[in-house]
Amino acid sequence: MDRSVMAAMLRDMLLARAFEEQAAQEYAQGNVAGFLHLYPGEEAVAVGVLHAAEPGDYVVSTYREHVHAIVRGVPPRQVMAEIFGKKDGISGGMGGSMHLFDRERRFLGGYAIVGETFPIAVGAAYAVAYRKLPEAVICFFGDGAVNQGTFHESLNMAALWKLPVLFVCENNHYQIGTEIHRHSAMVEVHKRACAYGIPAEKVDGMDVLTVHGAARRALERVRAGDGPQFLECETYRYRGHSMADPGSYRPAVEVNAFVANDPIAAAIHHAEPHYPSAEELQCVGPDCVHRFTEHCCAEGHLDPAAVEQLRQEVGAIVQDAAAFARQSPAPEMVDVQAAFLRNRRFETLMEDPQ
Amino acid sequence: MTELLYWQALNRAMDAEMAADETVFTLGEDVGLYGGTYRVTEGLMAKYGEWRVRDTPISENSFTGLGIGAALTGLRPVVEIMTVNFALLAMDALVNMAAKIPFMSGGQFPMPLVIRMPGGVARQLGAQHSQRLEHMLMNVPGLRMVVPATPQDAYWQLRQAIRSDDPIIVLEHELLYFSKGPMDESAVAPAMHQAMVRRRGSALTCIAYSRMASLALEAADTLAQEGIAMEVIDLRSLSPIDWQTCQQSVEKTHRLLIVEEDCRFAGAGAEMAATLQERCFYLLDAPIQRVAGMDIPTPFNGAMEAASIPRSADIIAAARALTAAA
Ligand SMILES: Cc1ncc(C[n+]2csc(CCOP(=O)(O)OP(=O)(O)O)c2C)c(N)n1
Ligand SMILES: [Mg+2]
Repeated sequence: MDRSVMAAMLRDMLLARAFEEQAAQEYAQGNVAGFLHLYPGEEAVAVGVLHAAEPGDYVVSTYREHVHAIVRGVPPRQVMAEIFGKKDGISGGMGGSMHLFDRERRFLGGYAIVGETFPIAVGAAYAVAYRKLPEAVICFFGDGAVNQGTFHESLNMAALWKLPVLFVCENNHYQIGTEIHRHSAMVEVHKRACAYGIPAEKVDGMDVLTVHGAARRALERVRAGDGPQFLECETYRYRGHSMADPGSYRPAVEVNAFVANDPIAAAIHHAEPHYPSAEELQCVGPDCVHRFTEHCCAEGHLDPAAVEQLRQEVGAIVQDAAAFARQSPAPEMVDVQAAFLRNRRFETLMEDPQ
Repeated sequence: MTELLYWQALNRAMDAEMAADETVFTLGEDVGLYGGTYRVTEGLMAKYGEWRVRDTPISENSFTGLGIGAALTGLRPVVEIMTVNFALLAMDALVNMAAKIPFMSGGQFPMPLVIRMPGGVARQLGAQHSQRLEHMLMNVPGLRMVVPATPQDAYWQLRQAIRSDDPIIVLEHELLYFSKGPMDESAVAPAMHQAMVRRRGSALTCIAYSRMASLALEAADTLAQEGIAMEVIDLRSLSPIDWQTCQQSVEKTHRLLIVEEDCRFAGAGAEMAATLQERCFYLLDAPIQRVAGMDIPTPFNGAMEAASIPRSADIIAAARALTAAA
């Protein structure tokens, strides 16, 4: 694969991680309230899938959607300001962390009622098919959402009318505190799609390249008019369900096993050639370090310095986003009313002015 | 007499009924291993096992319907819906099944079903998670609904609801779970739907329920310092409503203020104002006033969210205006 794509994906993963950790800090400091559902551990899914998408595609997501929005190009400043409930937020401070919307970037929202993303995505796909456009709709949801009636109802309609939707299950094994074996009779989520004749694949959601490849192939089939496609990405969230949840229902060995398989570490591994550790270097002597570094630079691969530079870059973006959110003004009641009435363009509602 | 948190009182009520009656069981998302989102079912799975404390998938319409099927066949389910917002997905089960089966069957089938859920505006949970839907549920013949405001009432009313053979909604409140109050397990409970006068006064009557009842009491304290004696009625039940207690108070005060967190338009207060003016029109010295939530989805921003529902200051201002009117 093209190195620049890899570097871009790595950058987004680092940005995603840094952004969410910053949001957690802001929450801890009392700058952010309410639910805050964070994404660390799952970055390879959003980044892998969305880097396979085209700008004209639509995205529908859940309440754990900051990263989907950012990878789609919503400015981190506006995402952070929304999380703060500020006027410069992408939803004007009306939606909050769980309800990011960006019309311009075809980000059709974060939805907080589990199971809502399915019909929304199917509706958007209906509109795309209706107009015979080459666009796709990407629908994100968790493993817990597939037991909602809308999942089955929507998959059936999508398959029945061959709608251009890519269903992406972010299977992190948990529905808040309930592990998948305790909430689902069929834990291999992708197999459920078979009931509707939807081609489905399960991939390692901790590996961004695998996710990316599978998403690209699935989206090609969507665009070729093959109808809906289904991807199950096995992943894991490192934090609790939301900032209000300590996540203590999960055994430490399980968490550690997934942390050891961190998608960002995996992406760095993919994006840079093996670089020897300090101990290894001591064994082989300084000479080969020199040679190896020259080799990497000559080939244009990434090196730890480049990775470090990326980290600094995304760190600065996130700091800037947080500073922006802090100083952004809060909305006032006139803004609330304006948001509520914005689309009433010409009707007379017989309200008396108060 | 002990001091307990609201969730602890509910937990005790669950425990007491489950111990007393083997047909009582509970189900809902994260009620078992996790102990309940607001801890209401804490410890119950360990004590009663998973057939009596069942963690469910996210399938509100069907697990509520499951409760109905089990109630039809002799069990006494207590369905926990994590928050009232998700009850919208179970409206068919609640409205078309629970409320109607006892009637449609000509009374053959009792419906000893309890639905427990918190409603109301909490702290910055956003428009989809900060709603008040009591007006919708009040409007369904066949459903009853209690709205406990104190730990003691939570305890009494949940136990009474579990013992009833009608479908009953116990509407709790996110912001009340960690409020503390006296609780006496041996005290004799008043009737499940009886309203209570929480504070005596002669200048005006304030009717409130759930979290707004404590807000009204707070406002009454301030008003008392200004020489305005506000009587505060905690309704405790929204369906049915104890009109007599309300009427008796209005007969004394001649002024009525209704406080509700629900949206004003077609909200719970609209029913109270309509019925009480029918009953008390000639006793009133001023038009009935309502302090209610704004008719907008709840804004996320904290200050805007707080401004969208009644605050103590709003109640005080309305009470002053109402008593100033000749
Ligand atoms: C209809 C509905 N029921 C319950 C909830 C409460 N709730 C929020 S997230 C969640 C778990 C969802 O799990 P999953 O779909 O696996 O997504 P994850 O949070 O793991 O990303 C639950 C039960 C809700 N938001 N909507
Ligand atoms: Mg999950």
